[in-house]
Amino acid sequence: MSLGGGGGGTSSIPPWAVMRYITRRRRPEERGRRGGIGNPFAWLIFVLGALYFFVPLVGAFLHSIRTRPDIFLAYRQVLDDPKFFLGLGYSFTIGVVTILISLLIIVPTAYWVRLKVPRLRPFVEFVTLMPFVIPPVVLVFGLIRVYSSRPIVLTATDFGSDLLLVCAYVILSFPYMYRAVDTGLASIDVRTLTEAAQSLGAGWTRILLRVIFPNLRTALLSGAFLTLAIVIGEYTIAVFLARTAAFGPYLSLLGRSQPYTPAAVSLISFGLTWLAMLAIAFLGRGAQTRVQVAGAR
Amino acid sequence: MSFLELTGVQKHFGPTVAVEDFNLAAERGEFVSFLGPSGCGKTTTLRMIAGFEVPTAGTVVLDGTDITYRPPNRRNVGMVFQSYALFPNMTVGDNVGFGLKVRKRPSDQTKRRVHELLELVHLGDKMDRYPYQLSGGQQQRVALARALAFEPEVLLLDEPLSALDAKIRVTLRHEIRAIQRQLGITTVYVTHDQEEALSLSDRVVVMSEGRIEQIGTPFEVYNFPQTAFVASFVGTLNVLPAVVVDSEAGGLSLAGQSFRIARPVTARVGSTIAVALRPEMVSLGERLTQDNNVRGTVVDVSFLGSIVRIRVAVTEGVVVTVDEFNEPTLVLPQIGETATVSFPAEGPLVLESIPVVDPDELIAEA
Amino acid sequence: MATVTDLDGQEMPPVSPARRRFGWAWVGLLPFFLFSLAFMFLPALYLVVGSFRNNAGDLTLQNYEDLQTGIIPGAFLTTIEVSLVTAVAGGIFGLLLAYSVILGGLPRFLRTALMTFSGVASNFAGVPLALAFIFTLGQLGFVTVILRDLGFDIRQTGFRLTSKFGVELVYMYFQFPLMVLIIAPALEGLRRDWREAAENMGASAYQYWRHVALPILTPSILGTMILLFGNAFGAQATAFQLTGGTLNLVPIIIGSQIRGDVLHNPGLGYAMAMGMVAIMAMSIGLYSVLQRRAERWLRS
Repeated sequence: MSLGGGGGGTSSIPPWAVMRYITRRRRPEERGRRGGIGNPFAWLIFVLGALYFFVPLVGAFLHSIRTRPDIFLAYRQVLDDPKFFLGLGYSFTIGVVTILISLLIIVPTAYWVRLKVPRLRPFVEFVTLMPFVIPPVVLVFGLIRVYSSRPIVLTATDFGSDLLLVCAYVILSFPYMYRAVDTGLASIDVRTLTEAAQSLGAGWTRILLRVIFPNLRTALLSGAFLTLAIVIGEYTIAVFLARTAAFGPYLSLLGRSQPYTPAAVSLISFGLTWLAMLAIAFLGRGAQTRVQVAGAR
Repeated sequence: MSFLELTGVQKHFGPTVAVEDFNLAAERGEFVSFLGPSGCGKTTTLRMIAGFEVPTAGTVVLDGTDITYRPPNRRNVGMVFQSYALFPNMTVGDNVGFGLKVRKRPSDQTKRRVHELLELVHLGDKMDRYPYQLSGGQQQRVALARALAFEPEVLLLDEPLSALDAKIRVTLRHEIRAIQRQLGITTVYVTHDQEEALSLSDRVVVMSEGRIEQIGTPFEVYNFPQTAFVASFVGTLNVLPAVVVDSEAGGLSLAGQSFRIARPVTARVGSTIAVALRPEMVSLGERLTQDNNVRGTVVDVSFLGSIVRIRVAVTEGVVVTVDEFNEPTLVLPQIGETATVSFPAEGPLVLESIPVVDPDELIAEA
Repeated sequence: MATVTDLDGQEMPPVSPARRRFGWAWVGLLPFFLFSLAFMFLPALYLVVGSFRNNAGDLTLQNYEDLQTGIIPGAFLTTIEVSLVTAVAGGIFGLLLAYSVILGGLPRFLRTALMTFSGVASNFAGVPLALAFIFTLGQLGFVTVILRDLGFDIRQTGFRLTSKFGVELVYMYFQFPLMVLIIAPALEGLRRDWREAAENMGASAYQYWRHVALPILTPSILGTMILLFGNAFGAQATAFQLTGGTLNLVPIIIGSQIRGDVLHNPGLGYAMAMGMVAIMAMSIGLYSVLQRRAERWLRS
């Protein structure tokens, strides 16, 4: 199964060559084959899409600057509000821990499946897609039931609940992490790399750490990044585990108390997220793997 | 007028010159190969004939019509791709019939033609298979059938055999040539394998760095190379630095040992020139009947099947490669022994005004 | 164990039979399966068990019977309809968008922009998304106001953000990007030499798309649409914020039942969730099948 991501691009012609070709002197028979720079049809679609995506953002922005007399009051309030940074910080930390644990579980698993037990691949894939199937509210209720009674009680303490939150998010991250790692592994020849490393005397840990992880850099980054985006935006599980310090509940609370700030906050987080995504795309330039899938609730 | 004419064709990609001043006049039914190392421009030129690239300058004329700027789907040339490029969602039969379907031929006619071509490539029973069910060699044959189905005026092949096993490569290339002869279709064949080019073609175009080095029959190109590149790219070649002793009489000296070539030399006495000598012209062992005998030390003996290749160092850095036919009675020299190599005066060719090209350097650059 | 000697008669160390080695390989997957068990399957088990319990705690099939009563069948139908519409429409336009930046000859930076934007937008759902649309197309939204000033009152046409259509329109915001992200690799996987071979045989652009490219892409497109269906089906927060709960969608009802908002019948909630799980599981199964087919072709 391949939920996004793939190896190897199609075009090996440099862009300036394409531009030159497109803007060359044309003979009559040739006109009408490709109309101008880029396809006009493609431009139309793109512009429509861009309109659809940006107009609501503009709407949110316009709303957020309705405050008088200072139109950026909402933004100032947000940036002055310690809870904004606390919420962001808390969710960010939870996100990072989630990513680390998820990587530690997923990368060896995906690697092992590819190398040793390819027959179990459908099972593993199915398990990683399960989080799509279970509604978050059901998941969190189940978690609370299981871990608020003996033998393992986690919900009683802050640390325990934080732990539970992380574990729930790790589960939520499985589809994206596994997809990203699996695709990344597909585009590097895992078997050959492993055999080469083994013939040079490397053991499993070293192979994973020095050979596999570095080559999966982009895949890991994109999977990690998506997980972060999910964690920061997540609401249901955080609320039910009484993690009001998280960013999702903070945003929701804000929505109820103040009229203009939620718009400002969501725009800020949207912008920050997009910048980070661009940073990843920039870092991963030239590598074979691509930015990965995301899903919404 | 020739059937396929390329005149003054050039292709620039920004500052890079991929093809420069390419001129070729191919006759109807001729089999022409473009031979050269990677990056020499042979594929780019082929793609200009097919229409996937447009020349920066120059013209492509097919049967009197200028097709230089015609889009590829209106050219009536058939192309076989290196990667086969069979459509994975269609059966073999549908793949082969695609060109006819696009031209809106009636379906019974298409069916008949598809059968005909699949029989021609010996895959008549595979009509309902899908490409992924076939081997590489079979896929390539389907690609060939597909390219020929709509009766193109020219057949273009872009390194069609490079992805296949050695044995299949040999059988398939003979099949391709046989079919080409049978149909009498003008063909352009791009390859970096000189054995392929030499054994299949009516004429070979040897290319290097975007330029044509030489056009000629395989015999001509092999035996009478016009440039050092052709001499060293086509076949194995000894290139020896010889000092001119007597221009008129063709007297030269190699590391102090004198030898003679059959024609006068234009370079002046005392200068060093490059002399090319084919290994098969050289014999091992002193032959008083031969014009030239040169002594040296054996540095390598390689067994190549039907040929034994012996390398004799005349002096430091000057090595003569000798090819001897493998016979049971052959006594192989030991490394380190002194040996004499002999060759006739007609053997060596002078490569005028060209620096000595070391074949090993060519390997390092590849 | 038999001893093995090499050609010189030296004894070689014994080799364990391959059979035994294979049997233990799955152990490497244990951490993964254990973690999933602990934090996903076990809680999910509560879902299954809970669906068979009533408020008093006894085992019963009542919940499943109740699935067929009241607003629930309607809710399933509505949710399926909304998911289907957004899956198909989102799939089609998402495909066109991906085409435009990958194959449409647009400048390269637009492609990066779209891909990264899609990564963000596909997660933008929930309260912020709903709010953004309310501020744009709601009663006092800026577009509504602009249009009204131009003389066109969209509310006259019956358009309401709180309607099914409004929800569908908003859902597109994460459906389009999801489609773009997933179908992009498939579009890139369309090899250039297929297009060239088709052109070489005389096919026009339309013929190429109709006979070669679209058929090759179809399993991927269908599979992704199924994924979009599942994605929309599970979406909850967005619709809730938009409609205030007036639109009956399965996830919303599940949430309220389990949370104890309205009727507080968690067993019923769990039973509904089971229904949802069944639908999702079927979608994912279908998606798998189609993806395998697509993989096989795109790899050839």
